[in-house]
Amino acid sequence: MTFKKASLCRHFENEVYKRVQEKKINFPVYLSAGQEYVPSSIAQLVHNKKIKPMLFGQHRGHSIYLSFGGDVTQLIDELLGMKSGCTRGMGGSLSISSKKINMFGHEGLMGSNACMGVGACFSSSKPTIVFLGDASVEEDYVLASLSWAAKKELPILFVVEDNNYAVLTKKEDRRDWKAKDVAKAFKLDSYDTQDNPENIFKILKKNIFKKPIFINVHTKRLYWHAGAGEDEKVFGDRLGKEMKYLGKRAVEIDNKIKNRIKKLWQQRLEKL
Amino acid sequence: MATALRETIKNITFKHLKKFKGQVFGQNLTGVGWVAGTLPELYEKDGVIELPLADVANGGMVTGSALVGRRPFYIIRYQGYNWLNCIFIANYACKSKEIWDKPAPMFIRGLSNEGGLGPVSTSSHISIFYKMPGIKIFSPMSNKEYLKIYKKFMQEDEVFYISEHRKSYENKLEFKNTIKKALDIILMPISVTRFEAEKAKNHLNKLGYRVGIIHLFELKPFVLKKKWINAIKKSKYGVLMTDNDYVDGILRTLAHKINEKTDQTVNVMGLKDKSAGYTVKTSNFPPSALDIINKVRVIISKKRRKKKNG
Repeated sequence: MTFKKASLCRHFENEVYKRVQEKKINFPVYLSAGQEYVPSSIAQLVHNKKIKPMLFGQHRGHSIYLSFGGDVTQLIDELLGMKSGCTRGMGGSLSISSKKINMFGHEGLMGSNACMGVGACFSSSKPTIVFLGDASVEEDYVLASLSWAAKKELPILFVVEDNNYAVLTKKEDRRDWKAKDVAKAFKLDSYDTQDNPENIFKILKKNIFKKPIFINVHTKRLYWHAGAGEDEKVFGDRLGKEMKYLGKRAVEIDNKIKNRIKKLWQQRLEKL
Repeated sequence: MATALRETIKNITFKHLKKFKGQVFGQNLTGVGWVAGTLPELYEKDGVIELPLADVANGGMVTGSALVGRRPFYIIRYQGYNWLNCIFIANYACKSKEIWDKPAPMFIRGLSNEGGLGPVSTSSHISIFYKMPGIKIFSPMSNKEYLKIYKKFMQEDEVFYISEHRKSYENKLEFKNTIKKALDIILMPISVTRFEAEKAKNHLNKLGYRVGIIHLFELKPFVLKKKWINAIKKSKYGVLMTDNDYVDGILRTLAHKINEKTDQTVNVMGLKDKSAGYTVKTSNFPPSALDIINKVRVIISKKRRKKKNG
């Protein structure tokens, strides 16, 4: 099931990539291809536990939306600026939201979702997931939010999708600390791991939403920070590795999903 | 016996917490005499939440509370702290309804002071919020005004900014507009300058000037009532507006709106365009009654001279 989610995210992003190149989409897009195993694994875990958390993502939200059950057609429509889009055509790529899956939109200020997520979690006591990047975790207000979440022992999960880059600036050029260590200093349960689903399940399975948890997941993004292009060849793509591991059946599933997404895009483009 | 505004705010807050299960957020809520006596002595279990000293994050956390429908009150103990607190409120809470169809109603109480406390802790700083869409701004100085605004807040799902002034907390009186007669000039004061403008108006009328007054407390959206427009149009020398914020902010914006609707000259007096020091001597005070009196006399005499000289 996790593979299916990840495959859906990947093929969706690949289709967006094509549409940007064809100039069918003419505003900035933030693709998450390569990173999809992070939201997919967590979504599968909370699905297994029958929990429907509040989701606070940032600008790179397609895979979060799709992994947690967002409607594919509505996301296509959103990217085509249609009123039938998940954010009524207002969100574009940057600000994906959905009432159906409790996903809150993002306004573009990196890391602000940590503050909003903590506040919403505190006031509702509902399970909450905040997705951050390795750059936004450097924002001072994110650190303050981690601290307060720990102090109030909130049922919240902070996920850092750590691809080592802020646009093109490496982590080592920006800071000399690890996010996990800082979170630990705030007395959060903190982890640092690779983006394979087994690791993520193992870490979160027992205590997710029982106490505040911080998980920094190392991952690799395939495409540009914004737009459709490649900076360099990325080695060690997680989806490829998992497909290899899962074998022939996974290849079949992947192809099926690929064709389904392609068809859906074509259908929606015809509606324009 | 009439109630002081302080008590009214306290009662509203109590009702909001107990009846509507609301929440009140702020920093050092107990530490400054329960927000100058405007907050009931309640704690986290009752919904009164002490936030960390992290103003930027706090604005976002209260936005989160608003997003899940708790209709939080958010107390910003000095309006100068708006600069830190406004970021996520202005950029998220105020836009949330329009962009994501997810209202984030919150009731922000920004306290302002007067003089001797430097550029941050002195005066109002509402102009920074004013330009953003999706916010409603009020500056009530009396019981009835405050009650009216709270009632409105509970009927709507918007972000409300309440620009308070510590000097108003003792106030038990209501303000009345006087625009019936043909007037020389009309004062349109905002915030704490309303008290001084009343004094100035009474004094000037005793001196033989015909001075009217329109008290402004509903600042955004700013609606000029028809009878106000008529009175301003009929006045001989237009309007003098006063405020406790810097002169080059909300004041000039409102003055321009009034000018557009009435074709009358609108003069403004707010904080001067200079940095306030940390002593009374070096402070940047809002216009006093005497300042207003002098300004009115200058406006009128200048115009009279101009008319005389053809």
